[in-house]
Amino acid sequence: MQDIIDELQARRAAARMGGGERRIAAQHKKGKLTARERLDALLDEGSFEEWDMFVEHDCTDFDMADQRVPGDGVVTGWGTINGRKVFVFSQDFTVFGGSLSQAHAGKICKVMDQAVRLGVPVIGLNDSGGARIQEGVGSLAGYAEVFQRNVLASGVVPQLSMIMGPCAGGAVYSPAMTDFVFMVRDTSYLFVTGPEVVKTVTHEEVSHEDLGGASAHTTKSGVADLAFDNDIEALRQLRRFFDFLPANNRQQPPVWPTSDASDRAEPSLDSLIPTDPAQPYDIKELIHKVADEEDFFELQPNHAANIIIGFGRIGGHTVGFVANQPMVLAGCLDIASSIKAARFVRFCDCFNIPIVTFVDVPGFLPGTAQEHGGIIKHGAKLLFAFAEATVPKVTVITRKAYGGAYDVMSSKHLRGDVNYAWPTAEIAVMGPKGAVEIIFRQDRDDPQRIAQRTAEYREKFANPFVAAQKGFIDDVIMPRNTRRRIARALHLLADKVLENPWRKHDNIPL
Amino acid sequence: MFKKILVANRGEIACRIIRTARSMDIATVVVASSADRDSLAARMADEVIEIGPPPAAESYLQIDRIIQAIQATGADAVHPGYGFLSENTRFAEAVVAAGAVFIGPPAPAIAAMGDKIAAKQLAGRAGVSTVPGHDAEIASAEEAVRVAADLGYPVMLKAAAGGGGKGMRIVRDESETREAFAATRREALASFADDRLFIEKFIEQPRHIEIQLLADSHGAVVHLGERECSLQRRHQKVIEESPSPFLDEATRDAMGAQACALARAVGYQSAGTVEFIVDRDRNFYFLEMNTRLQVEHPVTELVTGLDLVELMIRIAAGEALPFTQDQIRATGWAIEARLYAEDPVRGFLPSIGRLTRFRPPAEEHGQVRVDTGVSEGAEVSMFYDPMIAKLVTHGDDRKTAIDRMSDALDRFDVRGVTSNAVFLAALVNHPRFHAGELSVDFIADEFPDGFAPDRVSDSSLARLTAVAAVIHTIATSRARHIGRKILSDVDSKDSWVVRTGDTEDMMEVTRSDDSFSVKRADNTLCLSTGWRPGMHLFDAVIDGQAVCIRIAGGHGTYRLTHAGADLTLEILPPIVADLLHRMPSKPARDHSRFLLSPMPGLLVSLAVEPGVTVKAGDTLAVIEAMKMENVLRAERDGTVKTLHAAKGDSLVVDQQVIEFE
Repeated sequence: MQDIIDELQARRAAARMGGGERRIAAQHKKGKLTARERLDALLDEGSFEEWDMFVEHDCTDFDMADQRVPGDGVVTGWGTINGRKVFVFSQDFTVFGGSLSQAHAGKICKVMDQAVRLGVPVIGLNDSGGARIQEGVGSLAGYAEVFQRNVLASGVVPQLSMIMGPCAGGAVYSPAMTDFVFMVRDTSYLFVTGPEVVKTVTHEEVSHEDLGGASAHTTKSGVADLAFDNDIEALRQLRRFFDFLPANNRQQPPVWPTSDASDRAEPSLDSLIPTDPAQPYDIKELIHKVADEEDFFELQPNHAANIIIGFGRIGGHTVGFVANQPMVLAGCLDIASSIKAARFVRFCDCFNIPIVTFVDVPGFLPGTAQEHGGIIKHGAKLLFAFAEATVPKVTVITRKAYGGAYDVMSSKHLRGDVNYAWPTAEIAVMGPKGAVEIIFRQDRDDPQRIAQRTAEYREKFANPFVAAQKGFIDDVIMPRNTRRRIARALHLLADKVLENPWRKHDNIPL
Repeated sequence: MFKKILVANRGEIACRIIRTARSMDIATVVVASSADRDSLAARMADEVIEIGPPPAAESYLQIDRIIQAIQATGADAVHPGYGFLSENTRFAEAVVAAGAVFIGPPAPAIAAMGDKIAAKQLAGRAGVSTVPGHDAEIASAEEAVRVAADLGYPVMLKAAAGGGGKGMRIVRDESETREAFAATRREALASFADDRLFIEKFIEQPRHIEIQLLADSHGAVVHLGERECSLQRRHQKVIEESPSPFLDEATRDAMGAQACALARAVGYQSAGTVEFIVDRDRNFYFLEMNTRLQVEHPVTELVTGLDLVELMIRIAAGEALPFTQDQIRATGWAIEARLYAEDPVRGFLPSIGRLTRFRPPAEEHGQVRVDTGVSEGAEVSMFYDPMIAKLVTHGDDRKTAIDRMSDALDRFDVRGVTSNAVFLAALVNHPRFHAGELSVDFIADEFPDGFAPDRVSDSSLARLTAVAAVIHTIATSRARHIGRKILSDVDSKDSWVVRTGDTEDMMEVTRSDDSFSVKRADNTLCLSTGWRPGMHLFDAVIDGQAVCIRIAGGHGTYRLTHAGADLTLEILPPIVADLLHRMPSKPARDHSRFLLSPMPGLLVSLAVEPGVTVKAGDTLAVIEAMKMENVLRAERDGTVKTLHAAKGDSLVVDQQVIEFE
């Protein structure tokens, strides 16, 4: 018996050494933790239970028969984050460069299958050189098996990806299909084809970082939701992020005890909207003052910054905030911001997270770049997402709600449950000046008459009351009471039941 | 008594005057620039008259518009506050000509004290001791050198029309004198449109002590003791107190008597202040007389129990002073600290913007007083003085007043705009301040390399790390109360590694309800607190002593501000802290040499070219985003090296626009 126990311990010790001391040192030198160290930083201390520690590949080509490492380049299993269950896989770059073999993929698939069956979220920590080339198509099959599971798990359990090293080629499509993708600055990159291929094909010279580093994906492409300075910060923040999410689509998000009063008044919000209608203001101040403890977890802060998305809590319950940001492009909707917010709204709807929308939108961004880029189809995504969502939806119009963008931003007409406006709201087809130039085209050359008509239009429409008369706004509220009113609305909507008609699935304009 | 007083000022002093007027059942009118339409003063006053655009020269300094406002509102008296037109004889005369009463001294008294050379001569004749010097205008550098040699170096070159620290230079030898003469003259001309200079002996390490006066229209003149205002930064007062920790009774009486003599000599009425400099041997010399209410008048009010604004109003209305000199009693000690919207860590650069949070400490009658002109949500604009509040505390003795001040500063929660609260707290907690060893060079002497609030004593560090550990324990313990989890797997040990700068401490926190014991090495600290996450102030009793610590941040990174220390502490579980040692430290990206675009938009214009030197606040570029123009200004002085973008370019967030040398 003792022999067996000794052997178990020896085997475990060998598996834990991964690719060996030299490769571990190299991993550290690059500023990266090992696969197991990362799980230590992510999970509650002592909570990780490893599965398939002794799995090895069965490839015999290219001398692979002699090269076997228990675990085969990925550490899988489950543990807890603040006591809540989570399945994890963490690729081990020290073993065959974290390359994906069929056995490696099998381990990932095993935890994913369990995750869906048990309703437990999955977190993947990606650090892999790519396919195990020695295995050929076996490796490709492995990827596809993972992809299929990503798709079937989508909308059932939250799937989170942290890119902590290379992730290139077909490998990118697994994280791409998860709900949120995070990256570590300077040590991670994501691209379909690397700089060498790019150079051969297009003669374009570009570095790994510029092509697919954290900065490229968190500002330009929007592929990644956030970037962090190092592994530790990334994993600590991932814990914080996880706390907002429910375990699966049948559960409510966890309720976080708070002493922050739901009826907290914020008098300063009465002066948030500047006197000059052309002057911007920071909508994040409103989000911070409405959220519990001013705690707001923003996603994609540097991509399509004209719309803000992220999680916070009200009365301890998770909410998804969507807000136009007047500081950037006056808060207009464009292709990037529509796509960004649409996916976020759909995530919230999947996972029973109420959506709180703050509206100050002057319209859609005009121009050939937008039209030819497909703003019609992409703008429709956000419209579609808000319209199909059945979770509680509370909307507050702070200032401008013009034109089609008014309709899009979780309006009453898209089954908004509770729609409020501040007294400063202007709900109209367009701004007074533009409207007058169309309605009173004959007066175009008479600046005095135009000015008079503009004043008339402003008087009539630059307020929330026309919309309130028609019932499109449930109430005009004092800005200082916004937190209290939203908290009450969410409380009212807690047991909301709304179902869309049966169908195989809808056909959102992708 | 007056029916309606017009306040020709803004900010805290306008609010201060309105408060007293209201208590006397006098209606109030405040004039306001367009930037101050919704100010606290405008909301407090019974009537508001808009008098022009934001720049003071086009509003608060426009005599005609204020006179029109007097006529339009039927105000029968005008209080000018301090600054702006408060010492302007033309204004005082215009008010009288408009049929209203000027709540201040007669115009001739203002004029007599307004000219520094004339004032000094007059003071000398009235028997006031003056700084040895040459009373007449100095015509040339040669004359300056000759006079300076007679007086003995160091000497001070001063603009006759000077004030507020401008147009003054200390010179220590002949060549410096020659150099400084022309420069001072230019500065005097530029600042005051008057290039007359004079010279006086420079007193080394002087204290600034001033006497508060009251004189009525019936010939009575009394003084209300002194205020010591030695703590100054670039000639701007920062902290004032009454009484002075330096004066003895004999000196106080002598200074008071001379100040009263000067007031009589100029036919003074109303409240006024005679400023002296005092040398190490308690020799005092006349500096100037301020013919208005001083910013720091509240310290005198707290020790005497008098309302100076009320007395000014009564004197202006012709009433006699209700007391004589020997009926004036000063009790206890009062200290005032001026809260400025400025960043003490970055060279005291002004900080402007929206006060997203502005929560002064609670006022307590006779102990803590807050005079402010702003409220939460207000905009601190670039057009006016950046002082956002005056905090005044009183105690039976100096130590009590200081402790109350330190605590009140820690409770002053200002966000959105950077304030100097932590610097003020560092000053009042400074051992030399406690010892009362003050001089106008105090700040320059004690903070020669600027202010670094993250350099703290070991005992202070121990206390703040313990507090951070407790905060984190309280915040994370909530995880134990969320549903659907395996209890035993929640991080149940409250052992933390607290990191700040290069130091790392292992702390063990044991909790029983709201009582904590924090073990660090061999020391255990006991702490009890009702703090809950989301609160900005951490009120606790630490080892038997009540303390308040201001908190920002969360999720393991906490910024704690207390008693002049301002530290950011990071808290990690020990196992994670251990892993962190394997992370290489990344050098912070240096963006300080660059102007980065704060938003995506169109670069409408660039105001500079390579080689141009700019001053903090200068316009660098204008960026338009959706028809809105945003002006980007220089954060500090510098020289432009390269332009990285051209007019008409579309910019993304954080794109480099201008590179400095």
